[in-house]
Amino acid sequence: MQQRRSLLSIPASLLFLLPAGVFVFIFIILPFFWIAAVSFTNRTLTGRTAVDPEYVGLANYLRLFDPDRFLRSGEFGASLVITGQFVFFSAIVGQVLLGLLLAWFFFNRKGWVRETVQTLAILAWIMPDVVVAFAWFAFLDRDAGTLNQILSTLGIGKPDWLINLPLVSVIIFNTWRGTAFSMLLFTSAFGSIPPSHLETAAVAGANTWQRLRDIILPLIRTHIITDLILITLWTFNTFTPFLLTGGGPAFQTELVSIFTYRTAFKFFRFGQGSAVGMIMMLINLVFAIFYLFLLRRQQVKL
Amino acid sequence: MASVTFEGVSKHFGSVKAVHDVSFSISDGEFVCLLGPSGCGKTTTLRLIAGLEQATSGRIDIGDREVTYLNPKDRDIGMVFQDYALYPHMTIADNITYPLKVRGLGAAARRKRAEEVATSLQIANLLDRRPGQISGGQQQRTSVARAVVHKPQVFLFDEPLSNLDAKLRLEARSFLKHLQQELGVTAIYVTHDQAEAMALADRIAVMEGGRVVQMGPPLEVYRQPATTFVANFLGSPPMNLLRVRLELTKQQAMLVGETFRLQLPQISERLKGVVSEGEALIAGLRPEHLHMANDSDSWSIAGEVYAIEPLGPEALVTLKVGDSLVTARIFGDEPPKANVGEKAYLLFEPERLHLFKASGERIP
Repeated sequence: MQQRRSLLSIPASLLFLLPAGVFVFIFIILPFFWIAAVSFTNRTLTGRTAVDPEYVGLANYLRLFDPDRFLRSGEFGASLVITGQFVFFSAIVGQVLLGLLLAWFFFNRKGWVRETVQTLAILAWIMPDVVVAFAWFAFLDRDAGTLNQILSTLGIGKPDWLINLPLVSVIIFNTWRGTAFSMLLFTSAFGSIPPSHLETAAVAGANTWQRLRDIILPLIRTHIITDLILITLWTFNTFTPFLLTGGGPAFQTELVSIFTYRTAFKFFRFGQGSAVGMIMMLINLVFAIFYLFLLRRQQVKL
Repeated sequence: MASVTFEGVSKHFGSVKAVHDVSFSISDGEFVCLLGPSGCGKTTTLRLIAGLEQATSGRIDIGDREVTYLNPKDRDIGMVFQDYALYPHMTIADNITYPLKVRGLGAAARRKRAEEVATSLQIANLLDRRPGQISGGQQQRTSVARAVVHKPQVFLFDEPLSNLDAKLRLEARSFLKHLQQELGVTAIYVTHDQAEAMALADRIAVMEGGRVVQMGPPLEVYRQPATTFVANFLGSPPMNLLRVRLELTKQQAMLVGETFRLQLPQISERLKGVVSEGEALIAGLRPEHLHMANDSDSWSIAGEVYAIEPLGPEALVTLKVGDSLVTARIFGDEPPKANVGEKAYLLFEPERLHLFKASGERIP
């Protein structure tokens, strides 16, 4: 194998990395260590511990995992359970599966239906959070909302979505918001399959389902895993549902990101909030490592 | 095994007429090559047989069954693609037996059939590998194995040799010809390589602009090309084509070129009624029918030596004749000795001369 020669000498390439490196250090690496350190203290915004925080060891962590209150409403465990449902339904089932189905449905199809659906999906994806949240607020309003106007015309009734079905609303909202990314990724993945692969299957006599199972899914496996990594992590960390429900009512839509925010910035318990942040980061790491493991196993098999 | 019949088949993509009013009939067990430059409609024709494209009009039969509107899977065909289309995530055995898997054959029976087919194609030792781990020639055989595994009635090949290097290509060519004769199955083979078509085919169909220009046994197409297009497409180097003008008098017919005048006593009879005095014609001469000489003759054309290319058993001698180049294949151990710019003559026998109308069609 030929050895690759780099274009630049090592000192020169370091010089080019320096500006970005400075920002990464200031805004990512430094806060990480600062938060890790703060999570072992009782630092707050005001009061004595704001000026002179004390080292409390693992107290912040033990408090989070205190078995007596762990799963109680508004506590960390309950928040994790809600996040789990949210990630499973709005990320894996919603965005990844729906994105895959949309891409599959429009694969090798042309025409205005495809263009319209794709444009709308991308529009939902690129609009700013606040605009989207306001639009959904209006859409879901009990009396004047578009959705209930339609439903009552059909004689189904007028549920108060954000009060009675808050988690379902947030899940549908997030699916709507993010499916475009998966759809685009899978559309390009399908496009990378050589047409002769599918034509061979057609000549061999494979039906649509066999083609999907035997040819298409194995060929785009790496795309699926990449999409799962990104969507899971994004959904796990998303804060946008806060704009719709504020985590309520009664903590019913309090995702861990919202829980962290409430702990750190509503009660200004920075030490406690940092501990939640550390746990979230560890969970992210576990997801990422798991998916990367799947990805690597795939490459070894090839 | 079955015959394949086209009746007035057209395939239009929007305003593009990829295949236009094509009719032919391929008999059971025949090996037919569709030959032509890219964009001539040969691949579309093959895809119409496979059912990967649907005809705009006309009728296609395989055996005694009309298949014009059938799906590929119902046509009982095997197809080999240019890029082999092997599935990278499957073993060679799984690749070969995929057509059997989708038909619901059990794993043990599939393995047995894979071993049978792979043995006859000399890839039995590769069954548990993956496509990425075997050579291009072996991939090609795997692709052929997959096409034959369910014993189809018709084989379709879409330029299967073009991804192989030159040496392997010759080997694979002999192998395909042998295999087809052994299996005795009808085969339709698309290529732009005239040597491949000549070597493999029982009959060649030369295509141009979506139509079949000429269809016949290779030597017939080679010896009696129907048009200047066919004449120019077959043979390497291709036939020399020279613009000439016909001078007809009561006694004789004369072809007048830029540097030569050829008297046509014997063949003047067959020109009567077909051509007229003063008409512009095209004279065709195969390079292998030209011989080099130092003196002129009544059947020679004069020119200046342009290049001499020794190839081993033969040499290509190119003369500049007026504005055009004429190439001759001179056989012999020693390449002819001549300097560039020297005057030279190319002799030929009168019956070797082909004549075409200015529109390109052959004068018999």
